[in-house]
Amino acid sequence: MSGHPSTYEPKYAATKWIDQRLPIIRMGADFMTFPSPRNLNYWYTFGGILMMCLISQIITGIILAMHYVPHVDLAFDSVQRIRRDVPFGWLLQPMHAVGASMFFLAVYVHMFRGLYYGSYKAPREILWIVGCLIYLIMMATGFLGYTLPWGQMSFWGATVITGFFGAVPVVGESLQQWLLGGYSVDNATLNRFFALHYLLPFVIAGLVGIHVWAVHHVGQNNPIGISTKTKSDTLSFHPYYTVKDGFAMVIFFLIFAFFVFYQPDALGHADNYIQADPLKTPPHIVPEWYFLPFYAILRAVPDKLMGILLMLGAIVVLFVLPWLDTSKVRSNRFRPVARKFFWIFVFFCFILGWCGAETPDDMVFSVGSKMVDGAEVPVGLNFTWLSRIATAYYFAYFLIILPVLGMVEKPLERPESITKAVLGDSAHAAPAE
Amino acid sequence: MTFFKAAKMKKTLFVGAAVMAAAASGLAYAAGGGGTGNYKMEHVHWHFKGAMGTYDKAAAQRGYQVYREVCASCHALEHLSFRHLGDKGAPFYNPDFPNPNDNIIVKNFAADWQIEDIDSDTGDIIERPGVPADDFPDIYPNAAAAAGSNGGAIPPDLSVIVAARGGGADYLYNLLMAYDTPKPDYVELTPGLHYNPVFEGHKIAMANPLSDDLVEYADGTPATTKQMALDVTEFLAWSADPKLEQRKGAGLMTMVYLSLLALMLWLSYKRVWRDVEH
Repeated sequence: MSGHPSTYEPKYAATKWIDQRLPIIRMGADFMTFPSPRNLNYWYTFGGILMMCLISQIITGIILAMHYVPHVDLAFDSVQRIRRDVPFGWLLQPMHAVGASMFFLAVYVHMFRGLYYGSYKAPREILWIVGCLIYLIMMATGFLGYTLPWGQMSFWGATVITGFFGAVPVVGESLQQWLLGGYSVDNATLNRFFALHYLLPFVIAGLVGIHVWAVHHVGQNNPIGISTKTKSDTLSFHPYYTVKDGFAMVIFFLIFAFFVFYQPDALGHADNYIQADPLKTPPHIVPEWYFLPFYAILRAVPDKLMGILLMLGAIVVLFVLPWLDTSKVRSNRFRPVARKFFWIFVFFCFILGWCGAETPDDMVFSVGSKMVDGAEVPVGLNFTWLSRIATAYYFAYFLIILPVLGMVEKPLERPESITKAVLGDSAHAAPAE
Repeated sequence: MTFFKAAKMKKTLFVGAAVMAAAASGLAYAAGGGGTGNYKMEHVHWHFKGAMGTYDKAAAQRGYQVYREVCASCHALEHLSFRHLGDKGAPFYNPDFPNPNDNIIVKNFAADWQIEDIDSDTGDIIERPGVPADDFPDIYPNAAAAAGSNGGAIPPDLSVIVAARGGGADYLYNLLMAYDTPKPDYVELTPGLHYNPVFEGHKIAMANPLSDDLVEYADGTPATTKQMALDVTEFLAWSADPKLEQRKGAGLMTMVYLSLLALMLWLSYKRVWRDVEH
């Protein structure tokens, strides 16, 4: 680990013996004393929060898997049985379902934080890319898991999503059948989805290991984006950040617990309490809230294949972001123009989420009406067009604004070091944020 | 400056989380909505709402009677066993019978139903009175029979119906109360359909199931249509979420515990960082 010489001294014969053979205690000790920038704010606590989310999902998930039955005739019943008869099933099932939402909530905050403070810039490109991979697999895991209760939204959501693969030219149909294990979503699909839903979290856990390894190699970024230079720029991870992360985690758990105990269904959809019926399409098929922005991008263009490519592109663009942003300045604190564009980006992400939840032809607002073929049609902005505007901005932000801004924007003067910024002993101190 | 900054960031964090959560739940609710024409939805202050809400046991008990005597002719309770009626937090819970299988009322209710079984000596299919361990029986042998007996519409299972409809208990209550709404002239009904502005599409296959004094309540409560609608909704709300009382009880403990833990960690944080500029 660069710039972090180990300070661990084994005290006992046994620990010395272990240290010579497998320095695993040393690794843990070095982890706890890792020099972290002294100016990390609460937005930097979400890494630890996400770790807790993953652990919680894996533990509750393993217990649920002991009671769940992956069969089209029994899956829905088995979830009800878990909630009614399995000891503490009434707690574990909502914890897992709400936990998925909380996991995504935390990951979105974590990602926006990375965007704002430029945590993807050199030398953290691989750290960022591994993070994007984790997010991608999280999406797959979330989607697979939502299928398992075998409610109406589970079934129809799975039908819609797997339908995407049918749009791939030439091999689409065979690809789709291969994925489903048949011509439509059925028992074979449910079985493989269950198997994969159990597998992927461990892939995520492995990637999280690499993610943490990478962050320990290059060191954490920080709110002013100035690399740590001297010892006075940093604090030992423990106790300074264990206690700060710990406090933030408990606050996050309070929000988590509020949903689990008082609003367990608020983040889900009522239709998923109806057992899957392949003969009855629900009037509105909507994905879970955390997929809504991508769903809106998918529906923004009339062509199915184009929609899918755009949706995939919305994620792929994140992978290449380190090379799209041409600015050498990491933190948006010193980029007054980029900062404004960032907040507009956040705003449009919410707009996309809104569009994803609404019916495309519904009106956002209307300014009158006109007659078309003898029928009165409102004139104004409908959700299709709103999602087009938002989609355009989403891509423009990465493909035009960030590349160009890096070349034309004049960043504010930056402090020489974290120490200087914190102690404020020069005129170059960080502007109040 | 440092404390102020941290506090400000924290506030932003909370507001952000709250906004996202509110937006998500708002969207989820909006997705389940729908117009109710000339009927005005009535919002009921259910006993089970709120942080400390519990089921109104007397209402839920009457509601079971309405289910048994009215709804059960067409609608099943697929996910319920008789013993569930005597569980903790259930309408017929009795602390004298921690094992609901011993609960006398539950035993009597179970025995009131005929359960299909197999005679272990002869292998013949027989009917016998139910016991608390039995599931509530199916009403129809299969979906085709259910559709055939009801003009093509399959009566939905009621055990999770309150959770399975946007609007929940209010939806079910209003659905039962909306049958008297006069039908506008432009709505045309085919035979076998009934006008109900609360139902999606406003045309429902179920005829008005309730009328005044349809049942005679064991506890002497006047059985008005409104009373029966309230009671059966209370019962079905319990059926959809039978662990609500345990959950809210544990929730209170959890929130208190986490709040104290947060306070202690905050104080630890202030102490650990007391001499550190950041």
